Amino acid sequence: MPSRLDTARFVGAAVVLAAFFYARSSPSQSAPTEFQQGDASKPPVLDGWYRPVIRQAKKGNPAPAPKHDISGTWDPGQAGIQILGAGALPDDGNPEHTPPYTALGLQKLGLTKPSAGFRTVLPTDSNDPAYACNPAGMPRLDLHDLRVTEILQTPREVIVLYQFGRIWRKIWTDGRDFPKDPEPRWLGYSVGKWVDDTTLVVQTWGTDERTWIDRAGRPHSTDLRVEERFHRVDGDHLELSVTVNDPKMYTKPWVSLDKLRFQMMAPDYDSREMMCSPAELDEYNRLMGAPLSNTDGK
Amino acid sequence: MKRNFLIAFVSAAVLAIACTPSFAHHGAASYDLDKKVVFKGIVTQYLWANPHVLIQVEAAAEGGQTVHWVVETENPSAMVNLGWSKDSMKTGDQVTVTVTPVKNGRPYGRIIDVVLPSGQKLQGIHIADSEVPRPPAASEAPRQ
Repeated sequence: MPSRLDTARFVGAAVVLAAFFYARSSPSQSAPTEFQQGDASKPPVLDGWYRPVIRQAKKGNPAPAPKHDISGTWDPGQAGIQILGAGALPDDGNPEHTPPYTALGLQKLGLTKPSAGFRTVLPTDSNDPAYACNPAGMPRLDLHDLRVTEILQTPREVIVLYQFGRIWRKIWTDGRDFPKDPEPRWLGYSVGKWVDDTTLVVQTWGTDERTWIDRAGRPHSTDLRVEERFHRVDGDHLELSVTVNDPKMYTKPWVSLDKLRFQMMAPDYDSREMMCSPAELDEYNRLMGAPLSNTDGK
Repeated sequence: MKRNFLIAFVSAAVLAIACTPSFAHHGAASYDLDKKVVFKGIVTQYLWANPHVLIQVEAAAEGGQTVHWVVETENPSAMVNLGWSKDSMKTGDQVTVTVTPVKNGRPYGRIIDVVLPSGQKLQGIHIADSEVPRPPAASEAPRQ
């Protein structure tokens, strides 16, 4: 357990950081950082096959967006990591970044102990299900360590392959409706519809309420509906926005991701493994997590 | 040499550094971001694994004692981009490590950089860079 002094320091630090965040007029959703290939003073950025990373994006004007096509390998850069929780409303102490909780939502929020954001706790005090290698679920796949994302399309489905966790997910685009009274699933049930030539709107319902919205511990119920808008800006860029709608937990829908921009990667890009291994996590907690939290009995 | 090392260790370069506090995963809240510690020692384990790369180092201390440090940086996928690899170091290597120490005073830290036997310096990903949004630019500073 932290000492009183540690707690006081922590609270003090929190106040300082909050002051910084008050000054931030917009959340951290900047464009992806350009890779530094060609800079001899820095090591090359390598893909999972240990080959230098090359972006598909070219200098000059990219090709126009193809119709009804978001397929490709996409990189959101650092902005996809969302270390403080949902990118559009990071849990940084700024009241303007507080989702519109209901009373029940606030009560549920009080039960989550995140190891990120303004309410962070020491590592082994957290009850974050994802850090125990449980499925992130939806919409957390979009709001926590969203990294290189590969999208495959067929005439009746869109398949999304996420680098973080090596998770795949299917969005049906064949016109079907949601199943009636479905059993909750970690990733729920997703259907997509093209609302114009370049925008696929995906609705997800039927998620398992054991998951969190993001790494800051925002809660949801089984009534959660998630809307994702995939917008193909041009040949080389994609944008993703995510809206959370859960009347039990939130008084109104809130935008959790606002036009996060992805850049197209070369088609032969090989993403690195980033998987949660209980064995590796146990070892990490034994060597590091428990001592950091003073819970290793020493 | 021992004396020099002792000085280096005891003085432990507890330096004030300009960085913002962090509230993030894997124990960022555990670290004393106002401090920096430098020590030299022998690698006893280099663990190239998720969620974070760990190094265990046996460092000499006052009175002929040793201090066993465990220090971490980010995940292997992130570290590859900074020139780290599974072969960056091995048991028995002498390294000089600069870390952000933990608040509880124990020999655990977050790597700022590691100097290898070859003299090569490997940068860590500091908490202030990886887990905290950048402070506002002067033009965005809060009005008084």
